[in-house]
Amino acid sequence: MGTRRVSLRVNGVPQEAEVEPRTLLVYFLREGLGLTGTKVGCDTSSCGSCTVLMDGESVKSCTLLAVQADGREVTTIEGVAEGGELHPLQRAFQENHGLQCGFCTPGMVMAALGYLQKNPTPSEESVRLALEGNLCRCTGYTNIVRSILAAAPAMNGHAAAEAGVPGG
Amino acid sequence: MVQAVQRYVGGRVLRKEDSRLLTGRGRYVDDLALAGMVWMAVVRSPYAHARIKAVDVAPARDMPGVVAALSGDDLASEWAGPLPCVWPVTEDIKMPQHWPVAKDKVRYMGDAVAVVVATSRALACDAAEAVQVEYEPLPAVTDVEAAMAEDAPLVHEDLGTNKSFTWSHGGVGDVEGTFAKAPVVVKERYWHPRLIPNAMEPRGVLVQPGLSQGDFTMWSATQIPHVAKVTLAMVTGISEAKLRVVAPEVGGGFGSKLDIYAEEALCLALARRLQRPVKWIEERSENYLATIHGRGVLQDMELAATEDGKLLAIRAKLIADMGAYFQLITPGIPMLGAWLYGGCYKADAYWFEYTGVFTNQTPTDAYRGAGRPEATYAIERAMDALARRVGKDPAEVRRMNFIPPFSEPTALVTGLQADSGDYEATLDRALELAGYDELRKEQKARLDRKDAKLLGIGISTYIENCGWAPSSLLGAIRYAGGGWDSASVRVLPTGKVEVFTGTSPHGQGHETTWSQIVADGLGIPFDDIEVFHGDTAVSPLGFDTYGSRSLAVGGVALKMATDKVVDKARKLAAHELEVAEVDLDYESGRFSVKGAPKQARSIPELAFTAWQAHNLPPGLDPNLEASATFDPPNFTFPSGAHICAVEVDTETGKVDFLKYVAVDDCGTVINPMIVDGQVQGGIAQGIAEAMYEEAIYDENGILLTSSMMNYLVPSAVEIPVATLDRTVTPSSTNSMGVKGIGEAGTIAAPPAVLNAVADALSPLGVTDLQMPVSPQRVWHAIKNATGRNGGPA
Ligand code: FES
Ligand code: FES
Repeated sequence: MGTRRVSLRVNGVPQEAEVEPRTLLVYFLREGLGLTGTKVGCDTSSCGSCTVLMDGESVKSCTLLAVQADGREVTTIEGVAEGGELHPLQRAFQENHGLQCGFCTPGMVMAALGYLQKNPTPSEESVRLALEGNLCRCTGYTNIVRSILAAAPAMNGHAAAEAGVPGG
Repeated sequence: MVQAVQRYVGGRVLRKEDSRLLTGRGRYVDDLALAGMVWMAVVRSPYAHARIKAVDVAPARDMPGVVAALSGDDLASEWAGPLPCVWPVTEDIKMPQHWPVAKDKVRYMGDAVAVVVATSRALACDAAEAVQVEYEPLPAVTDVEAAMAEDAPLVHEDLGTNKSFTWSHGGVGDVEGTFAKAPVVVKERYWHPRLIPNAMEPRGVLVQPGLSQGDFTMWSATQIPHVAKVTLAMVTGISEAKLRVVAPEVGGGFGSKLDIYAEEALCLALARRLQRPVKWIEERSENYLATIHGRGVLQDMELAATEDGKLLAIRAKLIADMGAYFQLITPGIPMLGAWLYGGCYKADAYWFEYTGVFTNQTPTDAYRGAGRPEATYAIERAMDALARRVGKDPAEVRRMNFIPPFSEPTALVTGLQADSGDYEATLDRALELAGYDELRKEQKARLDRKDAKLLGIGISTYIENCGWAPSSLLGAIRYAGGGWDSASVRVLPTGKVEVFTGTSPHGQGHETTWSQIVADGLGIPFDDIEVFHGDTAVSPLGFDTYGSRSLAVGGVALKMATDKVVDKARKLAAHELEVAEVDLDYESGRFSVKGAPKQARSIPELAFTAWQAHNLPPGLDPNLEASATFDPPNFTFPSGAHICAVEVDTETGKVDFLKYVAVDDCGTVINPMIVDGQVQGGIAQGIAEAMYEEAIYDENGILLTSSMMNYLVPSAVEIPVATLDRTVTPSSTNSMGVKGIGEAGTIAAPPAVLNAVADALSPLGVTDLQMPVSPQRVWHAIKNATGRNGGPA
């Protein structure tokens, strides 16, 4: 079975690897790089547990092949907190009880991060629409939406302070 | 982390679990890997019912990376016993044997016929597809009534019937006589669809054989590591003392992981056979077939009442779909609701019975609420039907039938003693929050102006029984396990605390709430407390987490253990301070001499001297450490009032939420943030059940809703925000006054939603409305009732 070489940056760190062409990005991240924070919750691209950022856009990493990430910048949940401090979005999830079992949480945080970076002053309805591809079975979403709305103003400050950080 | 609250119990304390879960450091089963690990994949039947003519594993065995490929016959020697069902509800119940891999016949789509083991996930998947199975398809049975017909295909020929048992509550009062004489009788039939639990983490198992000791460690995405250890030792023949079960981070359960599954037994057996770590991770579409379903119950519900709506008697008869086999507690699920069909109302007579029937479908078992949503749905919908029948407001009919407020055990019509309750107070609060009178006015205005969008208001005043105990009662209803739980508290010499619990959380936040209880009890900082759970090698024997039992049983045990530590510390403090115990005051972890408060000892100081053991009073053991077990004398009975207002578009059948108000009473609250989270999540699951979810099989037993693409798990777009409030009526069952809250939302919500839609449509003459109330179903109901394609009345 032939393999292909991919080179990309994951959470700011350059990575090079030989992968089977059929390897999904999510398994490359989880099993190839040991970044198990990104979850797999379905086999139909329905649940969003596998959401990561690719060049700042939130994508479902179960729908992409690892080779499609060649030359790209990928951010996973492990790359969100900085210097041992929770990111304002993560803090908002904790403060608003936006998680219970935590399984959907990495995907929710990444989807919200991608969304808030483009929509710094969202409405409740737009947040709900933005999360349509991310399922949570525990929370009933109320506190997830609250977390994201609460994070928006805090993140604006945060983003300004760190403008220019790639994949921030 | 800075905690704002001083006294933890009752405070909105942020969760300890969150920082690891929010940064991707939580370790769920699929995040674990071991050197030399191989992967199992399961070959599953595409048929619902077929004889297995031949299984040829050779093509798989010859593939690269494959280390084993085995049929049901190949594996037969591995089993010391079949998969467990621990609740044979009647003496004459017909119990099929359930082996991890089928041998003669497959009995549902997804039944296992062979397993393969390979060096990677992908290779195992490929190899599973190469296994050749020859089937002789048989006619399938999927409908519970059809399954009881004389000529129905038999799921288990050796049992001679698809009817497994009929269990009866035994009745209270003169049921027949009351119905015969009652001026008003309401008869309703409700179908409670099959539901697919959809915990976001699929199941998974990893087994490591300890090569030198012959021992096994199993990590499983389970709610019940303790029960798994006992039962899987019996299935595999592995000594229970050589089996350690760990539930690592677990991504939700909702009852679907309250079970013992074939794949757990298989990974153990294969690890023993191959002497290598074996891992299996369920795919989502596999989960739809191989993990239990919930509900699937046909309910005939009757109420007898007076002309003005006073309830006299209740009679409920159910047929419950067991699926193809019994899983852990399949036959007992409807019994969990057996004492609740009278709700929180007074009546004179009561009858409940149910019949369990096999079909060629995935086995059913506990799904959030388990039995109690069915009961609450039946009584709450029937109460609305009664209100319509006697021409009264549904709030009024409920109010006139409520059991009056009580704080000591009081009998329900079903014979159970409820712990405490104030049903009118919760309803009043909910009516006020909902703006009930305004809603009724708006409803009338829309009807008067023939608005195409009608308004409906649904009320659900529920009561449920959770924290199943005492153990002797569970024995009396033929349940094989106990109802107790346990905890240990160890104050270390440096003043840090280790807490060990028999409960096994999977999203409920026990590390936080258990720390709150101990922090207050010992006056030790919240962050200095570590909670250990879900590992049979470190936690005391316990009965795990399900049925809203953890706080009401395990949390109370923890409080008892904490109190024992304080009692021991008091003895040591009195000895060191040379006073009598009664001369000591205790507050926030500090003993001080009455009248001389400077003479004092703190719990950490005492933990150190208790560890040194240089100067202990006679009879006192070293160390500040204690264990306690709690076997509650009764259930706890949370209750509440949920009110839902919907707008129904009579032209399209679309239902939109205008308001959802929930006032719940779970007694004393340890952490209001977590309680509200449980309620919100529970309501969302109840709304999902009411409006979106239904597992649909065709007549051949093929699951049509076979993935997340066609089984609608609602997203943030579908689920409304509920306005929450609570009343507090402390339980008389335990010293903390707590009641369970994990399932209340799911129990209360479906009838609130259905009553609202039915309320909107009743002016159009719609009387029959079943879950889920999809737009199509609503549209058809309107068409059937009016003969017209929708539109205003
Ligand atoms: S794993 Fe479900 S969408 Fe990717
Ligand atoms: S927190 Fe459990 S699935 Fe979202």
